[in-house]
Amino acid sequence: MTSGRLHEVFIEGVGFWASRLPGWAAAREILTGRAPAPAAPAPRPSPALLPPAERRRAPDTVALALEVAARACEAAGRDPKSLASVFASTHGDLAISDAICDTLAKTPSLTSPTKFHNSVHNAAAGYWTIGTGCLKPYTSVSGYYFTFGEGLLEACVQALSEAAPVLYVAFDIEARGPVGTMQPSRGVFAGALVISPEAGERTVARLAWEVREVDEPRQSEPRAANAALVEGNAMANGLTLFEALADDVERDIAQTLAPHLSLAMRVTPAAVARPLAAPLMQRAQ
Amino acid sequence: MRAVPLSVTAFTASCAAGSGRTALLEALRARRTGLAANDFTEAPLDTFIGRVRGVEEQPLPGALAEWECRNNRLAWHGLQSDGFLQAVEAARERYGAGRVAVVLGTSTSSIGATEEGYRRLGPDGQYPQELRRPIVHTVHSLGYFVQRALRLNGVCVTVATACSSSAKVFAQAERLLRLGIADAAVVGGVDTLCYSVLFGFNALELVSPEPCRPFDPARRGISLGEAAGFALLEREGRGPQLLGYGESSDAHHMSSPHPEGLGARLAVTDALRRGGLEPRDIDYINLHGTASQKNDEVEARLVAELFPPDTRASSTKGWTGHALGAAGILEAVITLLALESGFMPGTLNSRELDTTCGPQIRLENGEGEVRHALSHSFGFGGSNCVLLFGRARLQ
Repeated sequence: MTSGRLHEVFIEGVGFWASRLPGWAAAREILTGRAPAPAAPAPRPSPALLPPAERRRAPDTVALALEVAARACEAAGRDPKSLASVFASTHGDLAISDAICDTLAKTPSLTSPTKFHNSVHNAAAGYWTIGTGCLKPYTSVSGYYFTFGEGLLEACVQALSEAAPVLYVAFDIEARGPVGTMQPSRGVFAGALVISPEAGERTVARLAWEVREVDEPRQSEPRAANAALVEGNAMANGLTLFEALADDVERDIAQTLAPHLSLAMRVTPAAVARPLAAPLMQRAQ
Repeated sequence: MRAVPLSVTAFTASCAAGSGRTALLEALRARRTGLAANDFTEAPLDTFIGRVRGVEEQPLPGALAEWECRNNRLAWHGLQSDGFLQAVEAARERYGAGRVAVVLGTSTSSIGATEEGYRRLGPDGQYPQELRRPIVHTVHSLGYFVQRALRLNGVCVTVATACSSSAKVFAQAERLLRLGIADAAVVGGVDTLCYSVLFGFNALELVSPEPCRPFDPARRGISLGEAAGFALLEREGRGPQLLGYGESSDAHHMSSPHPEGLGARLAVTDALRRGGLEPRDIDYINLHGTASQKNDEVEARLVAELFPPDTRASSTKGWTGHALGAAGILEAVITLLALESGFMPGTLNSRELDTTCGPQIRLENGEGEVRHALSHSFGFGGSNCVLLFGRARLQ
């Protein structure tokens, strides 16, 4: 196994929403076993960033991504305008893909212009920057099973290489129709983090990380009861990091980046180590 | 942050105007368009398209059959030109498979296969057997396929920010190399014609019934195209240099550019800043120039305001069509060819230039010294990316 260089970034704000983990405050209680998960899936959040007329019509991906992104920025005390962003989604909006492919197969000339522009993978990122008036760059990435890890890596790399905080937003929704038989995805999952290159007042955890070449894929699993809450969602393997952020103990986790590449992370919550700026792990160089 | 200059040690592109650098450059010099009347869709659609001929007769090699679809076929086709496979092979030997990243852009990836599945649903509501391959029904089909085809093990991402996708991959790769996450990166992009984009852009009333005429006052919209293009980025080595890039958002509208080109301007100035250059240092700009009413108006005004009269600028979409998620790499390759050869393409199909155009935008082809050049990519969802390239360093 080869190790890369060790880097560190600081999590300043968290946003989260899954069908049975509605909001980060509730999710923290549920993920740590302090409260039971709701028996029924929560209705989707209403994105306050959009004009009232558009809130109901917004695609699920947009509603979810905007909700968790806004909550993470609030928690971090950062103006969304000031943050570059990385949006990650395995499949984009599977419900719109289903609707468009259905129309294209039957009556292509009736394709809806709104559905078409909502179908692009960067729709959520586009609505986010429009809604917040943010001129900073965004990107929108996919990496199949590795999407959460690859998106997180890009956000960490941006924070360090540009020496500025970055918003990371990862989401996938329920699949519908025939495309769902090929890419089944259940429920909804959306998580957001404000990732800073420096420790600050609002830091909630330090993330020390490195990219490692590995013989076998390495993916840390959340505890079984928590895994069950997002089971079947295409972004489910992103839950481990949120579980680690909810816990008040230091934890080493791995996120797969490719079949032979792993993002190894040590998650140190602010509650267990102050000041966080002092590195706990030996630097590799 | 200043970008660290990277060497573009290999590059190639294939599109309707030609496969590989030699054919593409020849078509540009001869002003021979790759656009033709739409023969791609069974349902009628009165428009011109830039279709790569022969893709239908070029199946993937047996070992890669699981990835079979038009988009991955075009990717494989594109990898065969200009010694690109050999250059990647050498990089893999030099750095190790885990140290070579793959960062590729697309807008629709292999959704053509998903569309076909819907057109051919069985009575059970299921895809036909040969399309029941999950990996071709998702966005990362492209990046994952190319990583497997090139036998690489590094960071692997598919970027999907519409028309800026395969320009932004250069920025992402530069950061990965700067931070030491990779030692080399295969960047580029592939997009293929499909019903989604043809009927989708038609629904937005952006599709031209004639071959597109960028910056012409009588322009009637875009001509859609397809392309595959790749570049190999390394810290050292022979080849032209990536000197900078600028990325920004318009924060304006999902399918219409900012009326004053606010985001586009930020991207241009950021690219120049990272490269430590001024507008007067730029000899050629390959424009986004889609021939949509709005894009060309906004972009023409921006170029007229920012650049001196002797900077040449043009849109090459009259040759290639708008390759959407592959436009960034296709036009980066044309820009790199200009740096290497001194040949600067003009603008094809357009009869005259809109009054918003300054003296920079040219219809006719030209020759001259090209020291530094820009490539503009402005996308749907207000995502902008501008790339800054320079000539090879003296070895």
